[in-house]
Amino acid sequence: MAQYLILIYENEEGYATASPDDFAAGMKAHTRFAEQISALGGTMLGGNALQPTTTATSIRDDIVTDGPFVETKEALGGYYLIEAADLDQALAISKLCPAPFGGVEVRPIMDLSGG
Amino acid sequence: MTTPFDEVHRAIADAHRREWAFVLAATARVAGDIDLAEECVQDAYVSALDAWTRDGIPSNPAAWLTTAARHRAVDIHRRNQTLRGKLPLLVEPDVAATDVEDVEPIPDDRLRLVFTCCHPALGREAQVALTLRLVCGLTTAEIAQVFLVPEPTMAARVTRAKKKIALARIPYRVPDSAELPDRLDAVLTVVHLLFTTGHTAPAGEYLVRADQVDRSVGLARMLLVLMPDEREVRGLLALILLTDARRRTRVDAAGRLLLLEEQDRTQWDHAQIAEGLALVVNALRGGGAGRFAVQAAIAAVHAEAPSYAQTDWPQVLELYDELLRRWPSPVVALNRCVAVLMVDGPQAALDEVDVLDASGRLAGYRYLPATRADLLRRLGRFAEAVEAYRAAIALADNELERAFLNGRLSDVLELSRSTS
Repeated sequence: MAQYLILIYENEEGYATASPDDFAAGMKAHTRFAEQISALGGTMLGGNALQPTTTATSIRDDIVTDGPFVETKEALGGYYLIEAADLDQALAISKLCPAPFGGVEVRPIMDLSGG
Repeated sequence: MTTPFDEVHRAIADAHRREWAFVLAATARVAGDIDLAEECVQDAYVSALDAWTRDGIPSNPAAWLTTAARHRAVDIHRRNQTLRGKLPLLVEPDVAATDVEDVEPIPDDRLRLVFTCCHPALGREAQVALTLRLVCGLTTAEIAQVFLVPEPTMAARVTRAKKKIALARIPYRVPDSAELPDRLDAVLTVVHLLFTTGHTAPAGEYLVRADQVDRSVGLARMLLVLMPDEREVRGLLALILLTDARRRTRVDAAGRLLLLEEQDRTQWDHAQIAEGLALVVNALRGGGAGRFAVQAAIAAVHAEAPSYAQTDWPQVLELYDELLRRWPSPVVALNRCVAVLMVDGPQAALDEVDVLDASGRLAGYRYLPATRADLLRRLGRFAEAVEAYRAAIALADNELERAFLNGRLSDVLELSRSTS
């Protein structure tokens, strides 16, 4: 088994203009996704949604600035840490991850156990 | 009694060309890691030189090489136990644990190798490079030649792709039936790309790179043996054979590029055409043909036509429409314009080319201005044709294509002067 981080990149405008109903539907989609992970043979190890990039603070060379590290149209808005047998399984799981205003990036976690 | 050096050398070269993928794939099961498997297979080929000279050429070179490579892999694993925890991905415990002497019958793992090299998580260039390296056994220098890049650049690309396979755990497996159509399409695209860049070299002094074409034919044949029921594999092999059948007529004795229109059809490879036609009939049977089968059908219409003028152009146009429905590629749309020219005339074709041009989807594609130039020339709009030929020449890096376009440019320059 290997671990992967699913990074959710979305256009924040999408959520800024969402109605309470849309928001509830989004939450429900994520709850369902969490169930689908195990149905596909993977394990969810963790995950969180992030506050928008308007709340971000960056530090480069000790200089503190307001805003995200890199300005992009689609910003990192949340992540899941999962365990899967291989990349194919990780991709099958990630395809189901809700990201209506963007998409996801899948990154293998570096194995530092040295085993 | 020793076997003559030449004979051994030939047998090894032969085994390299024919059996590399088989030996590597069968070794990967035991080695557990593609890099290690590659190293062991290289060692096996080296040790074959001495052993075959001393003991004679084995009746089954692939089995001999696989056994030697597997032994080497097991030795390395024993010596370096720490590797075991780290790289168990490709190891099948049942195989690794059983007697490595027992290699008969060796399971044919070549498909697993091909699908791993062409995994969608790898970029197209990496897929082609890895296929050439792992399936065809080419050296980094040879692959660099194919891509026309310096060797260190290619070495870095191959290393990066192999690292991604290991670190992201791209599985060593044939996809299941649900995924197979998409994944197979990627494999066929890689082989087709290898063919097209060999059929007409994107740059350089030769029109055709024959070794590359031959390799693509070899790969397509191998895929057909391994997946006899996949019609698109049949379609791709047919497409390659029918297109390549024109090879020796595409350049004249003076080294000048000859268009389909000017080629001596009696000199086409008719045995290859017959094989291609039989394959395409099979690939089209039962409807719902894929894009390679439809492209092969277009090549078949040309192969069967007695001359350019007597070609069944309405059928070619119909097939292009069919192809566009399956595969809405702007390159297909541009190729279709040639059929539009032959059926509806140059103005209708030019209108379609201009729509494509305006879409910007073919920006920088050398055949767009070349096609426009030809249509403008046919319409007698010579001043505009001059501009279009110049644009095409600026994009042409193949010397034969450049020379052809320069010839056309001087023709229209003269015509534009005499008409103005």
